[in-house]
Order: sequence, then C-alpha cells, then structure tokens
Amino acid sequence: MIAFWVLAAVLIASAVWTIVAKKPVYSVVALLLNFATLAVLYVTLSAEFLAVIQIIVYSGAILVLFVFVIALLGSGVAPFPTGPNRLPKIWLPAGFFTLAAFGFLIYAVSNVKMAAAPATGAVGNAGVFGSVADFGKALFTVQLLPFEATGLVLMVAVIGVITLGGEQMSDAEAQQSRMRADRAVREAILREGKG
Amino acid sequence: MPLWLEVLIKSVILLFVVVTSFAYAMLAERKILGWMQLRPGPNRVGPWGLLQPAADAAKLMLKEDLTPETADPLLYKLAPFISLLTAFSVYAIIPFGASASGQTWAIGNVNAGILLILAIGSLGVYGICLGGWASGSKYPLLGSVRSTAQMISYELAMSLSFVGVLILAGTTSLDGIVNAQARWWFVLPQFVGCIIYVITAVAETNRAPFDLVEAETELVAGFHTEYSGLRFGLFFIAEYVNMLTVSCIATLLFFGGWNAPLHLTFIPGVAWFVIKVACFMFFYMWLRATLPRLRYDRLMAFGWKVLLPLATLNLVVTAIVVAYTG
Repeated sequence: MIAFWVLAAVLIASAVWTIVAKKPVYSVVALLLNFATLAVLYVTLSAEFLAVIQIIVYSGAILVLFVFVIALLGSGVAPFPTGPNRLPKIWLPAGFFTLAAFGFLIYAVSNVKMAAAPATGAVGNAGVFGSVADFGKALFTVQLLPFEATGLVLMVAVIGVITLGGEQMSDAEAQQSRMRADRAVREAILREGKG
Repeated sequence: MPLWLEVLIKSVILLFVVVTSFAYAMLAERKILGWMQLRPGPNRVGPWGLLQPAADAAKLMLKEDLTPETADPLLYKLAPFISLLTAFSVYAIIPFGASASGQTWAIGNVNAGILLILAIGSLGVYGICLGGWASGSKYPLLGSVRSTAQMISYELAMSLSFVGVLILAGTTSLDGIVNAQARWWFVLPQFVGCIIYVITAVAETNRAPFDLVEAETELVAGFHTEYSGLRFGLFFIAEYVNMLTVSCIATLLFFGGWNAPLHLTFIPGVAWFVIKVACFMFFYMWLRATLPRLRYDRLMAFGWKVLLPLATLNLVVTAIVVAYTG
C-alpha cells in the first residue's frame, strides 16, 4: 500500500513535469520517468507481462523516437516559444469537466462489485493472473477481435500519416531523385578517397 | 537468512565481480589487440601490465570533470548514470548456475526474464542519445543521432532472434530456457537466430565494426567527445559491462548456459558459464581487431534489408516446425 502511494505520487508529479517543462527534452525525460513508474505499478498489480511490454514499447521505442526527432530538429535547445497565456479563459470549463470526470470515476469505483481475488502463487506461472502464458492465450482467443481491430486502426493511422505527410511524386520524378542521390553518394566517396 | 540480506549480499558480490571483470576485460582487450597487431600492449604497470586497470582508474578519477558552456547541465550530468544503471541492472536477473533446493545463482528469478532483459537493454540507448544531445556540440549530436537510429533498427532483429528460442523452450524464464537445453544447445536448431543475435549484439553494444556512434575517424569520439574524467569513465564501464551482458545472454540462450558439453560434469556449471562468456568476449575483441568499420548507409541497409527479413523467416520456420512436431 505504501508502494502504491509513493508510486502514485511520482506518477502524477512526473506527468505534471511533462506538461510544464520548458524544454522539449525535459518533457521526454519526465515522460520516461512516468512510463517507468507506471511499469512498476503494473508489477505491484502482478501484471508483469504488461509492465515489461510497457517498457519495451513505450520507453524503449516510442520515446526514443521522440528524442531522435527532437535531436534531429535541434529544437530541444531553445525553450518553447511563449505565446499568450490562454489558460485563464478555459480554466473554468476545464476544471468543471475534470471534477465531473473524477466524480464519475469515484462513483463508478465505489459501486463496482469486486471480482474474486486472483489465484495466488508464483507470479507468472500459467493459470496465475497476469502471466505471459495467460496474457497471450487471452489475446489470441477471447480478445482476438479487439486486438485485430486495434491493429487495423493503427494501420489506418500510419497510412494516413504517409498520405498526408509524404510528397506526391510521379515515377519519372522519383527515378530522377534516386539518380541524383546516387550521384551525390558516388561523388562524396570520390572526394573522401582523394582527401 | 532474510530475503533483503540475501539480495544485498548477492548484489555486493555481483557488483564486485562485474566491475573486476570489466577492469580485466579492458586490459585483456588491449593486450589481445596488441598481440594481433604484433606489439606487446600495456606492460609497464605491474607484472605483465596487470595493474594497468588500477592506474587507469586513478587517472580518470583525478582528471578534471569539464562541462561545456553550451551543454544542458542537468542532462549532461545525468546521462552517464543512465548508461551505467541500465548496464548493471540487467545482472539482477541473470542466472549463473543451476538453482537447487531453494538456492539460486541469481539475485532474482523473474518469469518474464528474457523480456525484462530486452526492456532494460532498450533503455540503455537513453544514456547515449541524451548524453550526445546534452553536450551541445555537433560531433556528439551526430554520434547520438546515429546511435539512436542504429540501436532501434538492430533491436528489432535481436528481439526476433530471441523469439525463436522462446518458441523452442516454451518459456520466458531464463532458468527454464537453460534447462530446456540440457540435451541440445539451441545453437544447433537456431543457428540462424544465433548468427543474427551475435551480429545484432555487436551493433547494440556499439562496438567495431558497428562503432559508428564513436567513429573516431569522422566524429572525434562520437557521443562522448565532450566528456572527461570520471563521467567518461562511467560510459566506458557501461560499454564493457554491456559487452559482458550480451555475452551472458548469448551463453544463456544459445550455448546451454551452465550445461556442460560432452558430459564433462566434473567441472561445475558456473565454471562452464564463465568459460563460455569468456569465449564470447574474446570473439568480440577478435572482431574488433579484424573488421573495418561499415559505412553508415550500408549499416542501416544491412539491418533492415538483410537481418530483419532473415530473422522473420527464421521465426516463421521455427514456429511451423514446432507446431507440426509438437
């Protein structure tokens, strides 16, 4: 229980830090702390597979891409440009909705019937809540449809990004640009060789 | 013995062992590189240069710790610790010998062991990319951008090469994987996976011929150009500890862990484990002395167009064979 309150405090503090940080890179570091804490929280709930996947996918892959983009754009050095503070205008409705959401959450949690406590035993063995084996089985049998549907949604998102962000090039143009790139590489090699 | 005391004692012993192996792995690498290039290598400090690591440590501790003016102070100071922390924390779950009657040769036995190693390994890139970015100068930035791209690309093929082993062993626990190799080491049925793992492991530890992150001929010293003194030392320790880690994982997943070859069971399992890891360490040093560095675009093309499809093919074939033979 102590672990839960400590983790929850760190979780919320790092989430706030993510939002208020002046530099983008600090936001990423705060988010990293946030994800790591969340993973530990999953472990205390004996969902070890979810915890490990949380770290591999979010901390290990997605956040690294954030850092990569920030480093590549060089925007991380300068703080965010400060625009007019729009917060005062919306704090009333925002606060109202937040309170309403939390109120609903408290109502829901206090009225839910607790399920039977999961079987105790060595964490991770088959038949124990949260184990790799059970997680996989559930994902590919009972939950297969939502799982595939999520995959489809992500696929649509990726195709959408490519369509919106990619340059439209005809075949002839693409051929030309490839040849230009090849020539640049060859010339660079020649230059390096002479130097 | 209470659990916390057991964990504490094991951690202290393990830290000592890992740090000592780092020091002598470094000396061994310099010696071996020397011999392969027909020169003696370090031989002044102590008999056969055996005290060289101590001299190096003293030098690094006494050097001035510089922070460039353009650097981001907090992240610049934090980055080496991230590298070191992720490098060492893997050892909490690596088993070194068979567990018997409640006594284990590991600090913690995690059921998702191999996945946790992947997870911790994937965090290691932060030390390099944040360190390079926070240095605030161009060579470290280029090094860190390269390392990020390289490590993400090769991690994919590496994870896929693990999955073949997982399918054969039917478990994600490291103990279970080694026990499943009592008859056949997985290097035989998974030789493609093993080759892919060994190649990607070199790339993950940023060592020659994949050391584009440092690439002293073009990037001065890559991501740690601006680091000096003990902070440079921390990156240095992390690199060698990571080498040890990937050697341990290769031993556990493909070479039977502490299982003795040819029924030579009079030598204890832990000794076999150490011997196998040492062979891998030698192999990595040998690679460094032999192969020239790859060009950057070829490195990426090799990772995405050769290793990844090959690893996927290996996974599919393994899955089909296991599904049909039970």
